[in-house]
Amino acid sequence: MKFSNVMATAGEWVRGEGPHYQVVISSRVRLARNLRNRAFPGWAKKAERISILDLIRPRVEELTEMQDSFSESLQELSALERQVLVERHLISREHAAKGVGSAVVMNRRQTLSIMINEEDHLRMQSIRSGLQLKQAFKLVDKIDSALESKLEFAYDQRLGYLTACPTNVGTGMRASAMLHLPGLVLSELINQVIQAVSKIGLAVRGLYGEGTEAMGNLFQISNQTTLGEKEDEIINRLSKVIETIIEKEHDARQVLLQKKSNTLWDQIGRAYGVLTYAHAMASKEALNLLSIIKLGVDLGAFPEDRRLPIDELFIDIQPAHLQKSSQQKLNAEERDHLRAQIIRERLKLFPKPDISKMARESGDGSTAGPSNNE
Amino acid sequence: MQKVNLCDACSKEKGVQDPTGFALADLLLGIGAAEEIEKGASTQKCPVCGFSQADFKKTGRLGCSACYVTFAEGLNTLLKAMHKGTEHVGKLPQRAHRAMELNHRMRNLTENLQKAVAEENYETAASLRDQIKQLESEIAT
Repeated sequence: MKFSNVMATAGEWVRGEGPHYQVVISSRVRLARNLRNRAFPGWAKKAERISILDLIRPRVEELTEMQDSFSESLQELSALERQVLVERHLISREHAAKGVGSAVVMNRRQTLSIMINEEDHLRMQSIRSGLQLKQAFKLVDKIDSALESKLEFAYDQRLGYLTACPTNVGTGMRASAMLHLPGLVLSELINQVIQAVSKIGLAVRGLYGEGTEAMGNLFQISNQTTLGEKEDEIINRLSKVIETIIEKEHDARQVLLQKKSNTLWDQIGRAYGVLTYAHAMASKEALNLLSIIKLGVDLGAFPEDRRLPIDELFIDIQPAHLQKSSQQKLNAEERDHLRAQIIRERLKLFPKPDISKMARESGDGSTAGPSNNE
Repeated sequence: MQKVNLCDACSKEKGVQDPTGFALADLLLGIGAAEEIEKGASTQKCPVCGFSQADFKKTGRLGCSACYVTFAEGLNTLLKAMHKGTEHVGKLPQRAHRAMELNHRMRNLTENLQKAVAEENYETAASLRDQIKQLESEIAT
């Protein structure tokens, strides 16, 4: 499979069809594995990295799940192509910075991607739409079992799977979900949630993981620890916390509808207006406004069939996707113009927000009218 | 920005302590992490990959899987502070271990059989053949 095929089809997870799709964008589970007694990629010399890659790559490519896969060495991919894969969460930012001796193999549906010689020799990741951590784990667990019969993984009876960074030792598993939480952000409850979650050993991060900013009201929540707890226990614990956050998000939206409906409609109207008429837009602004439109779809202000075009825009307006689809390298100003243009075109057939529908959906006519909130 | 090269004594006097290395290990593993590692093995190098504790201080990553044995002492304290428990209770790569063990035994038996045949030691060869058959059925299950 060629890169153009990857580019042409959006990953399955973008078509938000999974459970709790209104709040949970995607679920990901990754396992880190290493070969026994071989230097980890960060410490290995170039020749050793290449020999490790040559050992692992054929084993990965021959997996049944990897038939008709996209498999490429990192040095064969342009900077832009790598960035596209980062924007789709198919490789990490760290992996995108790698060159000779590193590769990525992913299946056609873009639900499974395997990084070779990232921070560990193997990083296997499964990504699904909505809240499907168990299903994501099942797939990557299966891949792990298939590979461990052919490759000797570094494993210690006491410490479990050994990883380059001690923070991953044990299960080598990081399970995470991408949540869309505009309700909690607009009602200024998000910091409380983040603090509560951090206290129970889970991490909350921005759009692209560690050290990145939260944009578009998108948050990643993941397990922090990997040793002393079984894989399914970690996933159950994380799933329960996420289910609680989903509830809190829905509660926050209801409260907004009932007590701050004016503010809410103002936000949705402004987002619609700016996105429909702007001629220059930075990605941060675009993501933040699209987030409000997405909320509008959830609340019934826009028809349900407008969900997919909005979800696709979240991906397509990111810098590398913009440039790759326009087939040219653009500076920041040109990107902002192109971004605004694409958004305007896609929103051409988008109906104006229908507030009356929203009030009905809130299920409480008496408090939901705009005049009740002066 | 100004770059200054300081000797050990001066850097202590001025309160400069290898900012990059110190910060990385500590940031990653919590304050005091770098010291914990140091306690474990100050001059030790991993016999498999040649990694030293100074390298860990710099990168926050280990050199190879054998480093977990080499630097076990310092790492144990770290892992305790970092994780829920100190022992792995999750997935075991059992099938792989079993398969590898069986393969290893098979290789030995095959080699011995070839040797026995070459030496015309047919009694031993017959017994080895039986053992190989048995092992084959074990692998098949």
